[in-house]
Amino acid sequence: MSDSAFQVRIHGRGGQGAVTAAELLAVAAFLDGRHAQAFPSFGSERMGAPVVAFCRISDSPIRTRAPVVAPDALVIQDATLLYQVDLLAGLTPQAYMLVNTSKTFVELGLGEFVKTLRPDRLITVPATELALHHLGRPLPNAVLLGGLAAMTGVVTIGAVEAAIRERFSGAVADGNVAAALAAHEHVLQEEEELAGAAPD
Amino acid sequence: MLRQIEGSRAVAEAVACCRPEVVCAYPISPQTHIIEAVGAMVRSGELSPCEFINVESEFAALSVAIGASAAGARAYTATASQGLLFMVEAVYNAAGLGLPIVMTLANRAVGAPINIWNDHSDAMAVRDSGWVQLFAETNQEAADLHVQAFRLAEELSVPVMVCMDGFVLTHAVERVDVPDQPLVDAFLPPFEPRQVLDPDEPVSIGAMVGPEAFEEVRYLAHARQLAVLERIPAVADEFAELFGRRSGGLVSTYRTEDADIVVVALGSVLGTIKDAVDERRERGERIGVVGITSFRPFPRDAVRRALGRARSIVVVEKAFSIGFGGVLSTDVAMALQGLNPVVVTVVAGLGGRPITGASLDGVLVDAVEDRLPPLTFLDLDEDIVRRELERMAATRRSGPTAENVLRDIRSVAAGPV
Amino acid sequence: MPEPLPTADDPTDVDGRVHFYQVGSFAVGNRLLDRSLRTVQSDIGRTNSLDAGHRACRGCGEALGARYTLDAAMRAVEGRLVAVNATGCLEVFSTPYPESSWRIAWMHSLFGNAPAVATGVAAAMRVKGRSDVRVVAQAGDGGTVDIGFGCLSGMFERNDDVLFVCYDNEAYMNTGVQRSAATPPAARTATTEAFGLEPGAPFGQGKDLPRLAMAHGIPYVATATVADLHDLEAKVRRAMAIRGARYLHVLVPCPLGWGSEPGDTVKIARLAKETGLFPVFEAEGGKVTHAAQIRRREPVESYLRLQSRFRHLFGEHGRPDLVARIQAIADANIATYRLLEATADTTGGQS
Repeated sequence: MSDSAFQVRIHGRGGQGAVTAAELLAVAAFLDGRHAQAFPSFGSERMGAPVVAFCRISDSPIRTRAPVVAPDALVIQDATLLYQVDLLAGLTPQAYMLVNTSKTFVELGLGEFVKTLRPDRLITVPATELALHHLGRPLPNAVLLGGLAAMTGVVTIGAVEAAIRERFSGAVADGNVAAALAAHEHVLQEEEELAGAAPD
Repeated sequence: MLRQIEGSRAVAEAVACCRPEVVCAYPISPQTHIIEAVGAMVRSGELSPCEFINVESEFAALSVAIGASAAGARAYTATASQGLLFMVEAVYNAAGLGLPIVMTLANRAVGAPINIWNDHSDAMAVRDSGWVQLFAETNQEAADLHVQAFRLAEELSVPVMVCMDGFVLTHAVERVDVPDQPLVDAFLPPFEPRQVLDPDEPVSIGAMVGPEAFEEVRYLAHARQLAVLERIPAVADEFAELFGRRSGGLVSTYRTEDADIVVVALGSVLGTIKDAVDERRERGERIGVVGITSFRPFPRDAVRRALGRARSIVVVEKAFSIGFGGVLSTDVAMALQGLNPVVVTVVAGLGGRPITGASLDGVLVDAVEDRLPPLTFLDLDEDIVRRELERMAATRRSGPTAENVLRDIRSVAAGPV
Repeated sequence: MPEPLPTADDPTDVDGRVHFYQVGSFAVGNRLLDRSLRTVQSDIGRTNSLDAGHRACRGCGEALGARYTLDAAMRAVEGRLVAVNATGCLEVFSTPYPESSWRIAWMHSLFGNAPAVATGVAAAMRVKGRSDVRVVAQAGDGGTVDIGFGCLSGMFERNDDVLFVCYDNEAYMNTGVQRSAATPPAARTATTEAFGLEPGAPFGQGKDLPRLAMAHGIPYVATATVADLHDLEAKVRRAMAIRGARYLHVLVPCPLGWGSEPGDTVKIARLAKETGLFPVFEAEGGKVTHAAQIRRREPVESYLRLQSRFRHLFGEHGRPDLVARIQAIADANIATYRLLEATADTTGGQS
């Protein structure tokens, strides 16, 4: 396994654009001049069914095709999946976790679990609400990438924006970009607060 | 041009650069994105002149390609799995007639049980048909191999299928230097048919051949394949010269110079294997990797050269001959006749089961310790297998196996997350 | 003083209305016609698309039909033609290795894919800017109605520029006379033997390919037999003047499979029409535009008795009930296609 690759695993439901999110992330990394690989976990395409997508980002060519077993970053587009699928498998203590929700981790029932992770790497983002506000549709996928950029720095927000504009056009692009930027801001603020707060 | 692009899209654009004149296909997962992309390019005028024909079955798809190719047009189609089998009569027909059709095979398992995910059972089903079968390791190679495929096919009057792992490559978004039109034009001249349906010079194509001549006609097909074997390295070299990167060829080798153990495989799993091998190398184990790019014609001499010095060969393959063992490993063993190495088979990734670094590492450790049996089914759940066997032994009306196994898996996996 | 005979230059010299008969047949003697009205076959400059030397049986209707059809097509498009042939009698007897009796550009691929291969040829011609080169696909009834049906329907639906010709001898002849979906009721074949409660092929609903072709709404559909050369050639000519999917269904008696005299092939084909069992008609865009009238109606018996595949219907253990059912089919055709509008002599037949 090329240890140098940053591995992201994205969980969503069919129709929420988890696969697109992984692809946009890969394109963003490419635009930042890095190597990237994105691919879905290959389930049947059904609206509402759990979907997993992977993205690896590295400065050297990526050879492996194995699924991401130990993600460096976990993105959860739909928090209801927490009760349905083992989303948390393989998470290491240094991992990042970004969850689309307006609840807290404790409210989500993850209070105990998140104690095993680094607090400054656990962020929630109300991505669906941001999407509804900026885009008019509850599609959190591109939004969360803005948050991921802020949280991990694995891609720049500029590249995220460029990737979105490459894929979408007109109002859809504008809306997604605005929402992604808002998520980016939100996460940066959260990070500041966490840095300022006393450690657990 | 360097792009971060879906494998299917890269292939579609590479194919479009080859200026196919007739494209015909029937949709089947996971080939759909390729054909949709080509179709869109024809519709927008980007790929012109080109006739894009939506056909009613895979059998029709290859048949349309046969007619078009016989009439002198550069023809292309794509399929997978069940679709390939549905057209298999035409597959043999195209090869027997010596028509230089290029086809993408988005490798997918063949049912029953129905399965849409990647393995190599489809390609293996037609390995004796007379088609050239090239396996791509990456999407870059997949794109490049299509360009080389048209060249090989038309030079030698033999159909070529480019195999790329379904979903694993077709649906992966990665960096590809998509071939540029001027370079492809320089590499691939217009199609000059060896035989053509032309009212001005009428010929009869497809006559019946009886016992008195059949062997000779078939031998000539064999000779064509041997000529392909000669030509592939040269075509790959010419490609490298023009495009500035290596793609294709007969085999690829990785860290084999001093290797005791060499892992052999086809297609995208080579990437995962190389990562696993690097980790073992860091522990001082001398392991190498050989990728076979030209599976048919099988490059016996090249394989012999690449593997002859090793102590043991581990063939990791995504298909097997039911009731017998490996397919690729049988070919490898035959190529190594008279030489030292022991050849063992590891069947992995059937029906799209992920091949993980951890599992491969286990295989390599066993290989180093000489613990690998002649045939291994990687990550096989023996408990599930045993349950079904016991069920079958206990009662005659044991029910459909696939359903029973799925139920067992669910019940084993049941319980709170 | 005998009446002056019509001359080659003015065949209508007598009464302004002339019927030509030769012994026992309705064929017009070509030498008596104005050159412009003569058949392609009568022209020494005809292509001979299917040339002499092929291995067809004596009296083979398909060999006749194929030569008639392709020569007419070649004439209609001034030689710019490619033929695609399905597996079957025609393909086998015309290309016995190492010979070929085809003088035109010709291809054989497989049994069930002639329509698709033809589509490919037509597409190639189009893309190469040679749309003047036309494509004829041809198959027997098996390759059309059974194994080729999927591809045929696809070709129709796409309205590909192909004329598809079915030479219908009503069974799989080349493999030893097994039934196809075109085998008529009560006919004996090797897989519908002539014994049991209902000897021969069952009285099913049939598979009316001309009507199925019409249901696809393609520009032109026609039926013809080898008994009327003018009619067949005219239909081929008409078809080749049209672009898009076209279908021609030609009845071609098979002496071997039908158990008839080799010399009776044309006669039997004519009787198929004159009994009403094989309606001869044209259709455009899904609607019948013309139906060839029955000149002198015959009871089905006169047709059936000439073929030993229907022998079991007659004689000591005969089945007049089945003959009656066959007659009913003929009657229904006559009514459906209005084959007796001209109310000519109706000798024989049951109303």
